[in-house]
Amino acid sequence: MLTRREALLGSVLTAAAVATIGQLPAVASAKDVAGLPREKVTLVAPPFVHAHEQVAKGGPKVVEFTMTIEEKPVIIDADGTQLNAMTYNGSIPGPLMVVHQGDYIELTLINPDTNTLAHNIDFHAATGALGGGGLTLINPGEQVTLRFKATRTGTFVYHCAPGGAMIPWHVVSGMSGAVMVLPRDGLKDDKGKPVHYDHIYYIGENDFYIPRDEQGKFKKYETAGDNYDDTVKVMRGLIPTHVVFNGKAGSLTGDNAMKAKVGETILIVHSQANRDTRPHLIGGHGDFVWEQGKFANPPTKDLETWFIRGGSAGAALYTFLQPGVYAYVNHNLIEAVELGATAHFTVDGSWDDDLMMQIEAPKAIAS
Amino acid sequence: MLGAAPRRRQGVALGAGFKTMSFDPVFTFGTIAAAALIGTGITHARDSSSSEFPQAVAVSELVVLGPGSFDHPQPGEFLKDNHPVAAPIVQETIDAPLEIMKYQVSVSEYGRCVADGACKPADSRKSGNIPVTGVSHIDAETYATWLSARTNETWRLPTDVEWAYAAGERFRSDIEGDESEPNNPARRWLAQYRAESALGRKPDPEPRVQGAFGINSRGLADVAGNVWEWTSTCYSHATIGSGGKRTASSIDNCGVHAVEGFHRTYMSNFIRDGKSGGCAVGTPPDNLGFRLVRDRPSLVQAALRRLGLS
Repeated sequence: MLTRREALLGSVLTAAAVATIGQLPAVASAKDVAGLPREKVTLVAPPFVHAHEQVAKGGPKVVEFTMTIEEKPVIIDADGTQLNAMTYNGSIPGPLMVVHQGDYIELTLINPDTNTLAHNIDFHAATGALGGGGLTLINPGEQVTLRFKATRTGTFVYHCAPGGAMIPWHVVSGMSGAVMVLPRDGLKDDKGKPVHYDHIYYIGENDFYIPRDEQGKFKKYETAGDNYDDTVKVMRGLIPTHVVFNGKAGSLTGDNAMKAKVGETILIVHSQANRDTRPHLIGGHGDFVWEQGKFANPPTKDLETWFIRGGSAGAALYTFLQPGVYAYVNHNLIEAVELGATAHFTVDGSWDDDLMMQIEAPKAIAS
Repeated sequence: MLGAAPRRRQGVALGAGFKTMSFDPVFTFGTIAAAALIGTGITHARDSSSSEFPQAVAVSELVVLGPGSFDHPQPGEFLKDNHPVAAPIVQETIDAPLEIMKYQVSVSEYGRCVADGACKPADSRKSGNIPVTGVSHIDAETYATWLSARTNETWRLPTDVEWAYAAGERFRSDIEGDESEPNNPARRWLAQYRAESALGRKPDPEPRVQGAFGINSRGLADVAGNVWEWTSTCYSHATIGSGGKRTASSIDNCGVHAVEGFHRTYMSNFIRDGKSGGCAVGTPPDNLGFRLVRDRPSLVQAALRRLGLS
């Protein structure tokens, strides 16, 4: 259900938000914001992230983003299975937006009249109005602009939440993404020493629930609305038919594998808007991991596998020490291998025998 | 799903009036479609045995309401000076007799459409003279199209205004908090939330036999019982001019339609179970069903029909 329901979802949250907002001089703050410098950022499709400073230069600013919602069929596996996708800016997941603590995110969300459904956006990074969902519901043919202050650092999910049963359905149709709010002075390790990354990759994990026909084959539907009844039945079983990174099984492998060199440090932001997951870098580690994604907490060190709660985004920093092909998986290996949650890194560089070497190649067992 | 192209809201509202229907893009479309079906219906009548026809026609008991005017809170969401406000109340006129089903379409009536291969089975396992539930807006439109073809008449969903007129004293609009505080949008959400929970309506999921919820002052049965009814009125976002109550601009989303019953709310066309659309608190529709109105043929249509030309 739409619109009248959405306020019911988070009444307690809303009440809490009112209490907080009530103490702020709203008018003065709007005036202050008007004087801030503005920056317009063009978003890029994951796993890539728009160019950004890791340590903020200058004071807070208003960072303008625009996203256009696209409803369109997408192929989600090698067999050609089709999802009637709903997307932020045409990609699953939606793009990662990066700002610094104290900045303002000003998003213009566009729902073109070629779409058929009403949409909105709930930012876990935002405070009040159901994360902005209560102020951003737009019909096809409408656009809306929301501004919120990035008060807390960390990686946060955003997702569509247009009320009631529409919420999970829109989310499992692809409508989620993430925001990263960096501390103004950048990321720190567990001892408070600055750390930085050479590359950042944003991996959004999605669980899809595609209905099957009597023969067990995945069904194809003309429009999103046509699949609703059948899809909800599959959703209620809570067993996804697909668990994928970047919207499609195999979308971050082969030619699209992520790249790094030995000695380079990467930050992997991993979001899952709906369901728990447990990323693992096969053959590597998480040097510093913000499992919950919140940079005000010191990172945990040397993790083998980390846990991303459904409805959150986490971040893992790792410096590659050895060349080769690394698989980055959801370490429920059935989901990784059978359902699609596998990505690859190709890492160039020199091999370190100290870290590992094959002392003796395979041969017949010595008697 | 219906087209989602933005439409002028004014046209939809005017569609309530019989004489003004040619100005209404939604209704005009419906008329054209119905006209095409009338042709089909006649062909069909010639081809098939007449025995199955009287049944389908006979069951729909109609109430005919005379023309009249009434004040009506407009459907949709309204903005004034960029802030949400309560729906404006506008005087609406029904200027030709309104022929509307006394009862909601029953399981057995709907079953004939299913048996004919035109309608999808409903998501409920009832039988007999119980209102059909577990039907979407798409299902309701399919039924109206089928019934029109079978009866050689024009059947359609009522508009929000027509439904409200027929609901009379049982009409209740959107649940509003009657509070609009530009500097604090949360006030309105809280007021609305409290207004809704203050109504204290308990879920009542089991559809009852036709007539169980009594007859209203207009002679309609089961208005605002536990079956909410689909209308042909699209959900819309409208902006009210700063001067008064007039709608300055609006954007319709015809993928979502107004449903009416204990209160007016809005549902996506493909939803069959209103309950699943709700959250733990509040007033989600217990069930989704519908009743239809019958358009009297225009003089031209009637003449063509007499000549066997349509």
